[in-house]
Amino acid sequence: MSYLRISSMTLAVAAAISLIGCGQKEEPKPAPAPAPVAAPVPPPKPEVTVRLGHVAPLTGPQAHLGKDNENGARMAIDELNAQGLEIGGAKVKFDLVAEDDQADPKQGTIVAQKLVDAKVNGVIGHLNSGTTIPASKIYFDAGIPQISGSATNPKYTQQGFTTAFRVMANDVQQGKVLGEFAAHQMGGKKIAIIDDRTAYGQGLADEFEKAILAAGGKIATREFTNDKATDFAAILTKIKSKKVDVVFYGGMDAQGGPMAKQMKSLGVKAKFLTGDGGCTPEFIKLAGEASEGQFCSLPGVPLDQMPGGKAFGDAFTAKYGQIQLYAPYVYDAVMVMVDSMKRANSVESAKFLPEIGKSDYQGVSAKVQFDDKGDLKGGAISMYQVKDGKWEYRETIGGSPAEMVKEAVKDAAAAVKDAAVATGEAAKDAVKGAAMEGAKAAADVAKGAADATKSAAEATKAAVEKK
Amino acid sequence: MDIFIQQIINGLILGSIYALVALGYTMVYGIMGLINFAHGEVVMIGAMVALSVIKLLENSGLPVFLLLLFGLAAAALVCMAVGFTIERIAYRPLRRAPRLAPLITAIGVSIVLQNLAMLIWGRNYHAFPPILPTTSMTIFGATITSLQVAIVLIAALMMIGLMILINRTRLGRAMRATSENPSIAQLMGVNINQIISFTFVIGSALAAVAGLMVSANYSIAHYYMGFMLGLKAFTAAVLGGIGNIAGAMLGGILLGLIESLGAGYIGDLTGGFLGSHYQDIFAFFVLIGVLVFRPSGLIGEKVSERA
Repeated sequence: MSYLRISSMTLAVAAAISLIGCGQKEEPKPAPAPAPVAAPVPPPKPEVTVRLGHVAPLTGPQAHLGKDNENGARMAIDELNAQGLEIGGAKVKFDLVAEDDQADPKQGTIVAQKLVDAKVNGVIGHLNSGTTIPASKIYFDAGIPQISGSATNPKYTQQGFTTAFRVMANDVQQGKVLGEFAAHQMGGKKIAIIDDRTAYGQGLADEFEKAILAAGGKIATREFTNDKATDFAAILTKIKSKKVDVVFYGGMDAQGGPMAKQMKSLGVKAKFLTGDGGCTPEFIKLAGEASEGQFCSLPGVPLDQMPGGKAFGDAFTAKYGQIQLYAPYVYDAVMVMVDSMKRANSVESAKFLPEIGKSDYQGVSAKVQFDDKGDLKGGAISMYQVKDGKWEYRETIGGSPAEMVKEAVKDAAAAVKDAAVATGEAAKDAVKGAAMEGAKAAADVAKGAADATKSAAEATKAAVEKK
Repeated sequence: MDIFIQQIINGLILGSIYALVALGYTMVYGIMGLINFAHGEVVMIGAMVALSVIKLLENSGLPVFLLLLFGLAAAALVCMAVGFTIERIAYRPLRRAPRLAPLITAIGVSIVLQNLAMLIWGRNYHAFPPILPTTSMTIFGATITSLQVAIVLIAALMMIGLMILINRTRLGRAMRATSENPSIAQLMGVNINQIISFTFVIGSALAAVAGLMVSANYSIAHYYMGFMLGLKAFTAAVLGGIGNIAGAMLGGILLGLIESLGAGYIGDLTGGFLGSHYQDIFAFFVLIGVLVFRPSGLIGEKVSERA
């Protein structure tokens, strides 16, 4: 008797648990059975919720960058939801699960596990290489695709994880460009390197050092700080004694800005150069007038030179304020992931993962195509310099220029053709203007590309002339 | 040689900043035997308030001296209120609890303050308005700005002021009595709640001064700045002998000098084997050494003579 009672109770509990379990699940509902032929009104489309995890430091010294990343992702999600996409016959609602990893590798893995347990469909992030690399193993083991908009350390994609992608040039590419820029354009013979001992800062500094040595430069000293420091007087004083031409810092703006300022007050005459982590408006704010004339690099080409880039910039600024740094890249990361879902016609991680590698997506930060490792193909690097308290674009280096120009010319040709077709079809006067504008726009695109890539300028001219 | 002098000066400035913050730690510890881990965050609040006020008045045409004074006054007032509230909410209810409990509420308070500051002032870095002269003087080939001279002087002045307050005034006598034995002090007619509130209020006012100085020197303020600063200052206070006011000053300056010389010379001394990222190793080796041989710190004295 009592045995029976217990077992029935166990059953009830088990049922309750399984019910709870069902309630928690938010997996896509199965596709509906085909509508009966006679039914005049089709049944309402089923709706699936696709949850994308986003991880960046939302607290701590890099919180401003983390929030910027999150805003980039949120903007993409909002736009996608407004479009009312349908994937696999179901209406898709995107949901951003934003997490905070405090830029701390330990916290990064905890958050990654949390997202895996929550069964997100994909992950955008993390921000820092130091958190992205350990987290990527957790996503790989769970088969969850991951696209980072800002983790640039080459190791991230070299671990053989099929789930790891990034939409930004890696540090090998960037370090090489920075090194060559320092050695040639900045005339650096003796160079001092400082890094913040994070996977990003150290990785970039190592690549920079290699490039300097390859270019025949000399590393006078290599110094270190950390990503929470504010006082650099001691290492800068040591650097001053070495009388260097260029000081390179591998790290973020929160240290780079004060560092440039302290360089000036200590009377270090060298030029300051930093990577993408310091390429922000915050850097200028923090360094004050000491920022004038200093250099930074940023993967990709300036936003206003990208198709749709300016529109994105304006919309973002109106909604969230000034872009700090990686928001456009993160926006693209979301778009690339959703684009893959569309092509796979599925929101299931396992189904759309193979499609990510085949991406060919025109984003606002770059044309996104991946190599077999998951790295961005032909990542270009742009150099900037502070002029009158603003980062001013100087030049774009690398990024297989010939290919970029070819693309631009192709786009231009298509635009001209479209314009011509339009001319033929509609009223002459109005459309003539449009055609001329179209042609002008096309020429502009080609010209911009040519400017950006001097080495291939001739190819462009030939192509434009041919038309 | 001028590089060596420059490193000594760097160390002195950094050390004075640590000392400014350490004074607040040591004073509360001296009176109450409590480590107020939220002190670093009070420094941050001070910096933020001072910065906001100075930014607000920046274009009013007031002389720089008045600007700083207004910023400092506002910061001091807000910090005092914050310090008073912290003590009332987080420490007073736990005065008879085991020692670990207030330590945990202290950490809790510091997280709350940090997040509050993040909500109020945002996640972005705030640059200190460029109102101070940036020209630097040259002494024996080393450079120092007038602000940095001021920091060293103010740290010393505050230390002397505190010592006078505690050793020469009526309030100080009540503080010392409370520190020695709260129950007996109460029996002698000392309102110990009031005295402890006073201690926190004064400690927080010191934090406001430190906050202004730190943010002006590095021209940066951020809701997260109090954490590392608090940790280093706490180390400095322990090094000098926590609870001892001259010890906080000594510990701060020593820590600054060790860090600065460590970062400057560790690479050359070890032939490139250790780099400047090992500067903290120097500092903490010294700390361990001091604590092994003198557990109460360099000039920390017997418990009854604290403060």
